[in-house]
Amino acid sequence: MTVELGQVSLLAALLTALTLGLIPMIGTYTGNRRFIAVSTTAALIQCLLLIISFGILTSAFVVQDFSVEYVARNSNSLLPMHYRFSAVWSAHEGSLLLWELILAVWIAAVALFSKRLPEIFRARVLAVLGWISVGFLLFIILTSNPFGRLIPSAVEGLDLNPLLQDFGLIIHPPLLYMGYVGFSVAFAFAVAALLGGEVSRDWVRWSRPWTLIAWAFLTIGIALGSWWAYYELGWGGYWFWDPVENASFMPWLVGTALIHSQAVTEKRGAFGNWTLLLALSAFSLSLLGTFLVRSGVLTSVHAFASDPTRGIFILAYLAVVVGGSLTLYAARAPKMIQGGGFAGMSRETFLLVNNLVFTVMAAMVLTGTLYPLLIDAIGAGKISVGPPYFGLLFTWLLVPMVLALPIGIYSRWQEDTASRLIGMVRWPLLASLAIGTVVWVMQPTLGFVSAAGVTGGAWVILGSLFYVGQFQFKKKSLKIPGSILAMTIAHMGLGVFLVGLSLTSTLSDEKHLRMEAGDKYQMSGYTFEFLGTKIVQGPNYTANEGEFIVSKGDEEITRLYPQKREYAQRGNMMTEAAIDPGFTRDLYVSLGEPLDQSGQAWAVRVYHKPFIRWIWLGAIFMMTGGLLAAANKRYRRKMPAKAPVKTEAKEVTA
Amino acid sequence: MNSRIFPLLGFAVLVVLLVVGLKIADQKTNLPSPLIDKPVPVFDLPVLANPGQTMSAESLLGKFYLVNFWGSWCVTCRAEHPVVTQLARLNAVYIVGMNFRDESEDAIAWLQRWGDPYDVSLIDYDGRVSIDFGVYAAPETFLVDPSGTIVFKHLGQLTWDIVETEILPRLANTESGS
Amino acid sequence: MKLSKLFILILTLTLSFSVLAQRAPVQEPLVFESMLQEDRFNQLTLELRCLVCQNQNLADSDAPLAHDLRAEIHEMLVAGKTDDEIKQFMVERYGDFVLYRPPVQKNTYLLWLAPMALLLIGGLVLRSSVKKRAALLDSSPTE
Repeated sequence: MTVELGQVSLLAALLTALTLGLIPMIGTYTGNRRFIAVSTTAALIQCLLLIISFGILTSAFVVQDFSVEYVARNSNSLLPMHYRFSAVWSAHEGSLLLWELILAVWIAAVALFSKRLPEIFRARVLAVLGWISVGFLLFIILTSNPFGRLIPSAVEGLDLNPLLQDFGLIIHPPLLYMGYVGFSVAFAFAVAALLGGEVSRDWVRWSRPWTLIAWAFLTIGIALGSWWAYYELGWGGYWFWDPVENASFMPWLVGTALIHSQAVTEKRGAFGNWTLLLALSAFSLSLLGTFLVRSGVLTSVHAFASDPTRGIFILAYLAVVVGGSLTLYAARAPKMIQGGGFAGMSRETFLLVNNLVFTVMAAMVLTGTLYPLLIDAIGAGKISVGPPYFGLLFTWLLVPMVLALPIGIYSRWQEDTASRLIGMVRWPLLASLAIGTVVWVMQPTLGFVSAAGVTGGAWVILGSLFYVGQFQFKKKSLKIPGSILAMTIAHMGLGVFLVGLSLTSTLSDEKHLRMEAGDKYQMSGYTFEFLGTKIVQGPNYTANEGEFIVSKGDEEITRLYPQKREYAQRGNMMTEAAIDPGFTRDLYVSLGEPLDQSGQAWAVRVYHKPFIRWIWLGAIFMMTGGLLAAANKRYRRKMPAKAPVKTEAKEVTA
Repeated sequence: MNSRIFPLLGFAVLVVLLVVGLKIADQKTNLPSPLIDKPVPVFDLPVLANPGQTMSAESLLGKFYLVNFWGSWCVTCRAEHPVVTQLARLNAVYIVGMNFRDESEDAIAWLQRWGDPYDVSLIDYDGRVSIDFGVYAAPETFLVDPSGTIVFKHLGQLTWDIVETEILPRLANTESGS
Repeated sequence: MKLSKLFILILTLTLSFSVLAQRAPVQEPLVFESMLQEDRFNQLTLELRCLVCQNQNLADSDAPLAHDLRAEIHEMLVAGKTDDEIKQFMVERYGDFVLYRPPVQKNTYLLWLAPMALLLIGGLVLRSSVKKRAALLDSSPTE
């Protein structure tokens, strides 16, 4: 099969996307039903064409076609088969193609699973998505074609960056992009609602499951990236507040605000405009992230090779998509207050506090990420904004959210009283205070902030559990409603994350030391004995592999085999840490440099990281909660062909 | 005013910033030195040609001089070598070669092979002095005036253009001024 | 792309690594006088930026300059310098860019104040909007 076919099918996909953007949209204004019906077909054909295109690029990697420049740069004849698949998205061009493929999959999914929606609305959603796809296809075809040939063909490939030759990197980008790109669906629903001019709360109900699924994917995608950094980079860090990480975190924060504000708008009809704005922002921030990562305006550890023309293109695209949607918002968003009233003490208010905190967090991350650029642009010097800034402000912003969250769970819609709520939460509150105190007494080195973090985590977990418990008790039935179960699991995820974060950030031990074969080192009750190194031959690398016996008392816990690899083709050295993972602690050893000629003495890094798994475990909980919520039956209920617009709107001029 | 236009305005500001950011993207690694207009760091280093002898910053007071950080391991230093040589031929300024993080035999071999444009080369073996100069990559070039103040710094490869527009005018200006 | 271009690409890849080919810096793990001193060292190197790297702190970087700067910081700690003096030493040579925790000064007021100001403004907007809603509630009794 020739790669040129891949390019042809990309061009065909572009034409299909244009058709999808144009014809059904015209149909919705002229009432031509045949035009409207084009949307489903076009969405499915586009998806098929991109699968073909992506499949052809993948096969070029599998058969090692080094006449394709992109393959020659990112693969090598020694590269193991499973990495040939993931090498497809290891650099700029292929990862963009993956982005676009995932977009096409989302579009096809909307076409297939939203048949219950009113015809016109659905056609508009698909058309908006079609336009988003047009922009990305143009970007790929004009600036980042992965199918370019090398004449004459290369004899050997440059090899895949060794950092990316890893399981985590096989699954991290697809999941992350599922999240990023998935927010385009919520975006398209919002734009379609604005175009229709009838911003009822129905569009929110329809878009909720899509938003929840995208959010769940983004959650796990970010967590996987963090897990990868932890075991692959060799120094035990899991989050660096690097611009690229921030680029994925901002849409997550706004997406989290969005799924909560959707609840208010769907249930109570209130804050429709705010929900619209968040739906537009979540995807806009995904696009901004794409720009920041690929344009080279910011310095980052894992930036793609940057190219100014690409930067200009994405910026123009960003300006059209975001600028256009915000203009539409300014022109068409309803002017009147929608939905009913509610008291200061009510679930609505608690959800607003959630939204305030998450939006300010996102704004803080945006400010910190772009601030060095701003200062440089106005010629006021060069500064760095790093983890100490983000970490400090993030911690402080967590405080109001964690305090309010469990109370918010118990609060009633519309009106509640403080005294009732305090009565409801007093047991989880007392229990979590007790837990925090006990943990602090047992581990005095924890310090106040981390002890407070543990207490907060326990407060969120117990508050959620007690709520389910009392629900059960009152209903006297074993069945927990799906939406409540989903919410509880996701919230417990936050609690688990908080406990892990607090414990690992203060109780971790690390030591950078010189070890010779036979040396022992004691840390946190464990003894690490270094037995020496031997040479190990991998498929495309040679490694020095160390062997360590870790024991507690007389009992051997595990043996660890960290490696220092040298990859044949690129010649770069890679540290492959060895980790003994555990529910309550990780033992982590990585090899530094040999310190003498004979290779007897090595620089070794040893870490003891209590509860670090809980950070990612929390993310798994959140993802599970999000997916469960999306699976809720009420989203699958049959809808009338033309949805009646329930006007609870109180005609009060703002 | 219609408050629903605020998001659009905010976004417009962001786009302006990003456009500017894109324009200055290629200069983002070019850090201004905080040492400009500050006295030159104190040093007293062995001379490469004669390690028994040392030369200090103090002994260089009273004349303009250029401090050029280089090493035999530095590919860009090789690339800028013709420019330094050309400048040396003008005899316009005293040039100190600061050989840092290098082995002396490699440095001497390098100068023999490509030619020695320096009036003197000093050995900064452990890079201590380079840290005092805030050097973080090679080559880096500093211009010091007769009072011992750093008046100009260039990061990376020196080009003839920079010599003509930044270094030579500074030599002429201050001389006529003082 | 022609093969010659690919060759240039390979060459530039090697060139960019030339900074690593310097005289091998000291790799020996540093020895500390006390746990406290080691903690201070770890904290300091986490908050200082490796200048030659893309975006890494001094603690994690393998660049020769980072090795040398770690040795320098270690020496200053042993000599009894305070954290502020050590940061000052770095700033005098490399500028504010070296600090991951930007100092509160004229060109960072906005950075530090913006999130707090946003929280405050957002809180006020939230309050007024909740008040409006509460008024709505009073005018129309609950369903």
